[in-house]
Amino acid sequence: MQQQTNRLKPFFENINFEREDNTMVINFGPQHPSAHGQLRLILEMQGEEIVKAVPTIGYLHRGMEKMGENMIYNEFLPTTDRMDYIASSSNNYGFALAVEKLLGIEAPRRAETIRTMLLELNRITAHLFWLATHALDIGAMSIFLYAFREREYAMDLIEDFCGARLTHASIRIGGVPLDLPSGWTDKLEVYLNTLNGEIDKYEGLLTENRIWKMRLENVGIISPEMAKSWGCSGVTLRGSGIKWDLRKEMPYGLYSELDFDIPISDTCDSYGRYKCYMQEMRESIKILKQLIPMYKKSDPQLMAHSPSYISAPKEDIMTQNYSLMQHFVLVTQGMRPPKGEVYVATESPKGELGYMIVSDGSPYAYKMKLRAPSFWHTGLLEELLPGHQLADVVTIIGTVNIVFGEVDR
Amino acid sequence: MRKYTPKDDVQRKSYFSDRFFVSPQVPRTNTHEDEVFENDIDNLDTSLEVLEHYIENGHLVIYINACDNKKAILYLRDHLDYDFLMELSAIDYIATRGGFEIFYEMLSTTKRKRIRLKCFIKEKETLESVESIFKMANWSEREMYDMYGVKIVNHHNMKRILMPDDWYDYPLRKTYPLHGDEVANWYEVDKIFGKEAREIIGPEERDPAAVDRYDTTRFSRLGHEVPFGVDITDGKEPEHTPLAYQEEGGVKLFGVRLIKELDEKKSVILKKKR
Repeated sequence: MQQQTNRLKPFFENINFEREDNTMVINFGPQHPSAHGQLRLILEMQGEEIVKAVPTIGYLHRGMEKMGENMIYNEFLPTTDRMDYIASSSNNYGFALAVEKLLGIEAPRRAETIRTMLLELNRITAHLFWLATHALDIGAMSIFLYAFREREYAMDLIEDFCGARLTHASIRIGGVPLDLPSGWTDKLEVYLNTLNGEIDKYEGLLTENRIWKMRLENVGIISPEMAKSWGCSGVTLRGSGIKWDLRKEMPYGLYSELDFDIPISDTCDSYGRYKCYMQEMRESIKILKQLIPMYKKSDPQLMAHSPSYISAPKEDIMTQNYSLMQHFVLVTQGMRPPKGEVYVATESPKGELGYMIVSDGSPYAYKMKLRAPSFWHTGLLEELLPGHQLADVVTIIGTVNIVFGEVDR
Repeated sequence: MRKYTPKDDVQRKSYFSDRFFVSPQVPRTNTHEDEVFENDIDNLDTSLEVLEHYIENGHLVIYINACDNKKAILYLRDHLDYDFLMELSAIDYIATRGGFEIFYEMLSTTKRKRIRLKCFIKEKETLESVESIFKMANWSEREMYDMYGVKIVNHHNMKRILMPDDWYDYPLRKTYPLHGDEVANWYEVDKIFGKEAREIIGPEERDPAAVDRYDTTRFSRLGHEVPFGVDITDGKEPEHTPLAYQEEGGVKLFGVRLIKELDEKKSVILKKKR
């Protein structure tokens, strides 16, 4: 049969032995359990040592930026859940904040406290998820079970609020859709107290563990210059000794009123980053504990009052003609933000999550650029992996904490 | 007469726009209102030509010539402490202005300020890579090329990053439809089975909400159940499908049926959820 150029031919793509320079090419992924989703790494090996690494992405590309330009703003919000699906509320928040800044409105204080609570709970679930999977990759099975148990409780809390466990869509442009259920803050307090003790247990299992230290120390050293050049953010940056957390340095929402510390590490290796993650969970607990009294003191208003952009409360829609008309227009046509551009960055659990929106005054964004931190943390692997052993690849992929919903968008 | 739809921008548009609606503009303030930004502009102005600058939403926006992009970013990094390049991408203005607006989003951790450096290139013009200054541009520029077809020069590995290497056209351009073009519809069929299989397999359905009325193999007839794979194109469909979920005989364990046979007459629909 005649050969056709455009057909996929079966070939043994995993191993390529026939090279003259005696290196071996290994395909790591895209279906490797430690590849954290759909990462494909083409590794060139000299024995056990990596000579060249080519991260290949795009296996989860859904064209979110294109979708953002073809949806009205409220329609797009649930789509942002699917970016960093480990902490979806933080994506919702980044998007809502960007649109609010474009509109020039501010969420009411109660909405902002609820949002901040969700953000920090999401940070805890994301870090617990990271700890669990990272430890599992390295071989610590039990920590995976413990961390997932606590994560489950945090997800129960989120479920009590918004009904979803993974894709929350819990935040709206201009506020939050509903108030916390009664008794939620008490449940949260109980959870925070147990979590505090649990984190001690995780650290008791891992921090001084000989195997854990041997696998993590001096593995994946990201120098501060390298981190800056690659646009790293979040723990990947703070693990390199640069004290930069947007919540502290360029505060948004309620963060300027809250008291918390930014853990950093000067060792620049995976072990330092692990310590940052653990400490950051403790800081999140601290923030959440401060938020509970702030929530109780706030007024019950949940959505910003801005008739041209935000629908009126349900009672108004059902009783007042003009509110109903305006709600109808906002739902069918969508809000029309002013012409202009906005770039808003928030500190998501993975790093700086930025939304760049260019509006031409129509209900559809003219350009929507989603800056996902993991994208560059994956690119960094190109430079970080060479020189390491094959077994360290898993450690390094783990500590840069990449999520492929976010890398490919 | 059929409504005219422009071919150079096939993105979704609002179905109704008030003729008298004038869209407001996000306020732009003069750079002199912020000391830090004013100082930056004064310094930058000495080394290259700054076309326009203003503050929008707390960001300093600077327009420069596209040929100066490398020089400007190097100057901003080395002399003005903008130590992070956070994001770079293009905005498609091919329909209105015949080219792309490129933006570089930069951050200074010492001054805690953000600026956006912008330049304009024509569709076929090339842009110098800034990869040698900030390594993050390595992947960002690949993405920009992949999505918009902006031609970058002096990049060490300029190939597509998100889309397959043999993809036709650039998906984020305004001329590219949301559900993909003709080539995209046949991409996988052509690649895996060859072009001659097109008639057998059919084009890829890229609308996730699409429901084929006569398709009885994909759960698309909700509410009225039709046996699997029955041809209903002639309008003859069984008026009532018996609710028999078990095969004849059912699953038996030690001679006892695991699940009781469903008696349709005895089944009730609950009025309230428990």
